[in-house]
Amino acid sequence: MKGTVTYTIFASLGDVMATIFGINLFALSGQLLVGLINGSFYALLSLGLAIIFGLLKIINFAQGAMYMLGAFFAWMALNYMGINYWWALLLVPLAVGVLAILMERFLVRPIANEDHLYSLLLTFGVALVLQGLFTHFYGSSGLPYQIPAELKGGTKLPFMYLPNYRAWIIVSSLVVCFSTWWVIEKTKLGAYLRAGTENPQLMQGFGINVPLITTLTFGFGVALAAFAGVLAAPVYSVSPEMGSNILIVVFAIVVIGGMGSIGGAILTGLMMGVVEGLTKFFYPEASTTVIFLFMVIVLLVKPAGLFGKEA
Amino acid sequence: MIKINKLYLFLIVIALVAPSLVYPVFLMKLLCFALFACAFNLLLGFVGLLSFGHAVFLGTGGYITGYLMLHTGLTPELGILAGTLGAGLLGAVYGKLAVKREGIYFAMVTLALAQLAFFFYLQAPFTGGEDGLQGVPRGALFGLIDLNDNFAMYYFVLAIFIFGFWLVQRTVHSPFGQILKAIRENEPRAVSLGYNVNDYKWVAFIISSALAGLAGSTKTLVFQLASLTDVHWHMSGEVVLMTLLGGMGTIFGPLVGAGVVISIQNMLSGGELGNYIHIIMGLIFIVCVLAFRSGIVGEFQKLVKKNFG
Repeated sequence: MKGTVTYTIFASLGDVMATIFGINLFALSGQLLVGLINGSFYALLSLGLAIIFGLLKIINFAQGAMYMLGAFFAWMALNYMGINYWWALLLVPLAVGVLAILMERFLVRPIANEDHLYSLLLTFGVALVLQGLFTHFYGSSGLPYQIPAELKGGTKLPFMYLPNYRAWIIVSSLVVCFSTWWVIEKTKLGAYLRAGTENPQLMQGFGINVPLITTLTFGFGVALAAFAGVLAAPVYSVSPEMGSNILIVVFAIVVIGGMGSIGGAILTGLMMGVVEGLTKFFYPEASTTVIFLFMVIVLLVKPAGLFGKEA
Repeated sequence: MIKINKLYLFLIVIALVAPSLVYPVFLMKLLCFALFACAFNLLLGFVGLLSFGHAVFLGTGGYITGYLMLHTGLTPELGILAGTLGAGLLGAVYGKLAVKREGIYFAMVTLALAQLAFFFYLQAPFTGGEDGLQGVPRGALFGLIDLNDNFAMYYFVLAIFIFGFWLVQRTVHSPFGQILKAIRENEPRAVSLGYNVNDYKWVAFIISSALAGLAGSTKTLVFQLASLTDVHWHMSGEVVLMTLLGGMGTIFGPLVGAGVVISIQNMLSGGELGNYIHIIMGLIFIVCVLAFRSGIVGEFQKLVKKNFG
């Protein structure tokens, strides 16, 4: 009883503090948090797109479907095989990555020398098939996925309540994004990758197996999307539509950032998440469109994108 | 040349007697989508620009016509004209933005811009949100011919389609169209010849979007409905599929592609197989791209050339 009273006092104290600047700080920081979480997903997805684009020069339209596949595989692993969240976080990106490698080998590579618009259409077809299959078997209403026991609950900060799982999403995706950036920019493997981006023929001449690197890169880029999907499963309901909705936003983000730099893709993703979150607080009606409007402004002011290298 | 004219004549005769043999509403649907695909083909097939948000012009034309017909009592030809102009205007704005980027970026920009419009229409009060605009009156053409009769409506739609088809042909075979093809084949060279490439792309984009709007306006009158389905990215994907399947850059490709896709949808809808529609569409995409890039008409032309040419 006493505990409840103390809590109430603290809560009302918090309310007084929260509204002291005329705006509701609780709500604002809540939306900022949601923005950062969405930004983490945007960053993972656009990073994957940028890596694939660097070496293959194609845009993977199935990236959103792969994100959806990640979430569904996590759900299926738990419900059919009893594989828990932590194992899913490791195994699902691997499984989806293997699928992507097969897709690259048997669907994308045969048309690698054609106009790149064809590969866009091909991956669009793959996305339609995947989305159609899951709608057929699981319906479009969405399935629940429990937050893992270790990450239930939250931490009370002076200005907001921070659910542990949400903090985990932000931290883990930042770690993954940063490690990827580090591998590409600072290691020998990354140097091969960058060299392959610049001049694949010369690389081949040096005795490096470029087709193998290309295939693995495609697999890894897609695995990033699947990782995002597993992370998203407990916060968003697992549904076939989740992939296409996020992908179109990520496309706008890719146009905003330009695909010239790996760091730029990560940064733009996070930034746009925050912009969306702030809009949700100050003018909720525009929250679905703000990123597209931002894209229009970037096209007018700096058509190559914020981090774009092309003229 | 005479051979082609005979072919046109033959097709027009078929189109004139068709409504006595086939359900006219199905034919009108087919003609609307064929016009939409022709408009899209002008951009993809003849300029090499893949717009992945073309549904927005179909839908915008539909909404404008639907709204005006419901609330102002305009005659249908004026309603359609307004829808076409509205879509063309939106095309002028979107096209100006989209031609700033090329290739894959162009596709992503158009898709994102279309999604922007989708969310706008979802929230805007005059579109009826999820319900759409229902019960749009067809009215009387020039105030004289009652379009509630499906046969009258069919011949009106056929006239619109022939006009749109003719306009696309006229554009493609004009000096302007030759420059568009030059841009498709070798853009740096077109630039070095002194053409302002972006302006040419922009004008082509406006024509294409206005014609897509014409198709959408007509479709709204036919079904007496304007809804979010027409602005959804699925619809943008469908028109890409029609053009790809029929044969991009060919004269009759979009027509054949629209015919096949609409027929498949009609066969599947309502039945057990309705759920499979997206899977089948996706599979057709994959097969087309892997084995069949010239489309039905393109492959047929190759076959004729090989055996009789």
